[in-house]
Amino acid sequence: MLNVTSPDVERAVKTGSADATKVTARNVNVFYGEKHALHDVTVDIPDRGVMAFIGPSGCGKSTFLRCINRMNDTIPICRVTGNIKIDGEDIYDPTLDVVQLRARVGMVFQKPNPFPKSIYENVAYGPRIHGLAGSKAELDHIVETSLKRAALWNEVKDRLLDPGTGLSGGQQQRLCIARAVAVGPEVILMDEPCSALDPIATAKVEELIDELKKNFCIIIVTHSMQQAARVSQRTAFFHLGILVEEGATTDIFTNPTDQRTQDYITGRFG
Amino acid sequence: MTTTERKSLLGGFMSWRTARPEPKTAATSPIAVATGPKGEPDPMNEHIVKSYEEELALLDRKIAQMGGLAEHILARSFDALERRDPQLAEQVVKADKQIDQLERDIEEQVISMIARRQPLANDLRHVMAALRITGDLERIGDLAKNIAKRALAIAHESHPKPLITGLRHMCELALSQLKDVLDAYAARNADRALTVWRADENIDSMYNSLFRELLTYMMEDPRNIGLSTHLLFGAKNIERVGDHTTNIAETIHFLVKGVNIADDRPKGDDTSSTLFSKD
Repeated sequence: MLNVTSPDVERAVKTGSADATKVTARNVNVFYGEKHALHDVTVDIPDRGVMAFIGPSGCGKSTFLRCINRMNDTIPICRVTGNIKIDGEDIYDPTLDVVQLRARVGMVFQKPNPFPKSIYENVAYGPRIHGLAGSKAELDHIVETSLKRAALWNEVKDRLLDPGTGLSGGQQQRLCIARAVAVGPEVILMDEPCSALDPIATAKVEELIDELKKNFCIIIVTHSMQQAARVSQRTAFFHLGILVEEGATTDIFTNPTDQRTQDYITGRFG
Repeated sequence: MTTTERKSLLGGFMSWRTARPEPKTAATSPIAVATGPKGEPDPMNEHIVKSYEEELALLDRKIAQMGGLAEHILARSFDALERRDPQLAEQVVKADKQIDQLERDIEEQVISMIARRQPLANDLRHVMAALRITGDLERIGDLAKNIAKRALAIAHESHPKPLITGLRHMCELALSQLKDVLDAYAARNADRALTVWRADENIDSMYNSLFRELLTYMMEDPRNIGLSTHLLFGAKNIERVGDHTTNIAETIHFLVKGVNIADDRPKGDDTSSTLFSKD
């Protein structure tokens, strides 16, 4: 199943380090009206790897995740200060095209939300509006490779014109991942992608994340400590709008340096 | 065996119950004042799930009980050797079964806790430490049993006084090390564990000198060889007890600090490269 050689796995597990930094955040603050939701978050997120954000509900992890593709722009009272760069490019630059940014930074949500269209159209929609395919054949190719990357191709190749909503929950979630992958993103944000799935479907998505991390920078918000431990190489713990601790996943789950992290991951928070 | 002796033996069996502080409630238990990450004393919060907290406390009680038993039978096994008391020796052999049973209990509990609770961070270190310590204590029990068996074998031979005295000192040192390490575990005290870890060198050097003395004794008269060999193995067993005690100290350090002890332990046992010639 594993294509990577074991020294690679060992290195990744031990150091949690992958390639160079993809996303850099410096002193990011988020306000919802008067409420100061996120305080001075500074973190480097490596490319070709998985970073997990963990923390209790309302700790700001999803808020921070949504800063990375400027989803918070859609909330009128939301104000973001500080600096977030992808590959050194400021994503809050006023001249930047937000639609282009969201093509570069894909997102997968908690509940699978396929369009009420065919499986094919669900995946083809993004490449088509972004003008990524010059011909029907090219579009077919993008749909096929995206579905293959999302490990869904074999299950749906004979019924591409059936509605996407007719798939099982796990398949729908993988369809959403295929849809995100189709526009050739560099970063994929996942906001609790498995919380509505059964363990088998969860395992399939996790296996997929393992595959995708070879080519993408993946950031996942999860409430499952075990999932964070399983899929990520680095983990960041948020609490009350503060990034408390960030480090190699192995260290965070065996020997965290902050008492709050320890209390949270061991189920002692109080 | 006299009644008083038997009574004191029973007393010995009971004394470990009181010797070790029993974590009753988390608020007063030694775990409650355990040091947090980075080693600063930090009042530890309790688990939201109470039964989890209780299971961890139960694990510590079983370790304390097992440690007390190991101490006890090690002391009794040496008494049996020194006093040439076959009855006492047989009791030790029997008591070792209790230790084995406790090891199985603890192992089962740890496996069940890993399966059901998926412990993380300090809890993960806690259950892994329990598993490792129980293994070391079980080996200490076996070594004590082995001393008792040797006591049975040489019960009818006359013992050379100075050698037995040397062996007693070594055994007392091993016992006090074992007691210290169990206290360090109950108190989650990494510094105390480190002290124990360093002091093992003393047992090693005592073993070295006993080794030399016994070789000399054997060379003096070949008729001494049978007895001396048994005493030599007895000494080696005690030296091994010291090694298991340092293993426990290492485990405690890992449990409390989250990292292994950095430097190499000073080793004093050079008998494996020692050869005596007749001149």
